[in-house]
Amino acid sequence: MTTAGEEYQVRLEIFEGPMDLLLHLIRKNKVDVYDIPIALIMDQYLQYLDVMRGLNIDVAAEFLEMAATLAYIKSRMLVPGGGSEEEDEEEDPRLELVRPLVEYARLKEAAFVLAGRPQLNRDVYARNIPPEEVWGLERGEEIAEVDLFQLIAALQGVLKRAEPGGFMEVNADVIRVKDRITKIVEILNTVSSITFNELFPEGAGKGELIVTFLAILELVKLRMVRAFQHQASGIIRLYLAVGADALIQGEV
Amino acid sequence: MATVRAIIETLLFVSEVPLSLSKIKELLAMYTHGEITAALEDLRKEYSGDSHGCAVVEVAQGYQLRTKPEYAGWVRKLNKITPTRLSRAALETLAIIAYKQPILRSEVEAIRGVDVGGVLHLLLEKKLIKIMGRKNVPGRPFLYGTTQKFLEVFSLQDLSSLPSLKELEGFAKGPVEAEGAEAGEAKGERAEEGAV
Repeated sequence: MTTAGEEYQVRLEIFEGPMDLLLHLIRKNKVDVYDIPIALIMDQYLQYLDVMRGLNIDVAAEFLEMAATLAYIKSRMLVPGGGSEEEDEEEDPRLELVRPLVEYARLKEAAFVLAGRPQLNRDVYARNIPPEEVWGLERGEEIAEVDLFQLIAALQGVLKRAEPGGFMEVNADVIRVKDRITKIVEILNTVSSITFNELFPEGAGKGELIVTFLAILELVKLRMVRAFQHQASGIIRLYLAVGADALIQGEV
Repeated sequence: MATVRAIIETLLFVSEVPLSLSKIKELLAMYTHGEITAALEDLRKEYSGDSHGCAVVEVAQGYQLRTKPEYAGWVRKLNKITPTRLSRAALETLAIIAYKQPILRSEVEAIRGVDVGGVLHLLLEKKLIKIMGRKNVPGRPFLYGTTQKFLEVFSLQDLSSLPSLKELEGFAKGPVEAEGAEAGEAKGERAEEGAV
């Protein structure tokens, strides 16, 4: 059964659908799309479906629908054009197939042209700076000060990120909120700003994450630190209140 | 003149998105339109020379400094990344949306003759297409269109830089099947999906 499943995959890769198969048959037989020998094409089309069935492949409904369309067109071709007067006015029954087929062939060609264009990150490259490093307070209009709920939402993100590995609780040394506050202020004194996520290193224990979070909350409450969120990327960045004031007054 | 050129070069080097002419003009308000466009043209010419690995390209209604295709191998050597490839199904669907937008999923399916749900999802995820709104018919189905990122990824200035459908004689040219190992390509893409 598994082999049949794989074959199905392979077949689908070769022909995307009934239109694709039809296009292939027309090209293979080198026939004029505006004058398709319906009987011949339909014959080969059905042969193909037989091969699929022979390989124990589920023939998708679309393929059967097209087979029915082909049969219908073939039957209408056999009927001499109704009355002699109407003959000129009556449309070639194949047209209902030809129009979408020509359209499909053109769009397939368009896809081919598209695939041949210089593609970013395949053929050509541009500067690619991670968003965390790009923005600062300069883009005043795009950032907003965050409130408690947004910080909690960010914490949830951090906890979620930490979850897959599972937490391992080691109670060796207890980190105190007070110490963490000092550490964060220390960091901010040297780098001027840090993203929320950067304060939560990967692999940190749950206890450490919570302590860090409490420290951030405390700092924000004491108005020593201000937290801003970049609206486009959702990244939260922390600044020392003194520095942030100056920046905001200067820029906004 | 030399200064304007140097400033624009700086901006193009630093910017991660294509810079529109209006943005450049806004930043260089002290220079005239003529000075700026002349400097841009000057830069473009200079970078097109063989001694440069980058080129100033016009893309997505802006200007961007991009590496030249012939040096792509070196970038890959540096970054050790395998470029993402779109499967044939994804490319066909994307082409249909690019030409026929805004378009319904059912209309795309009518053209391709197969279900495109999975492919649409992939293209949305890659931000190459977006939902443009809903059609005012029963069920209010989504209308799809291409994004700014689509232009950037396929090095297009705008949608009109695509060859017109009339120009594309689907039957006059060779078969599209000449694209190479399709099955392998599609599989590779799936593997890369996880890595991206």
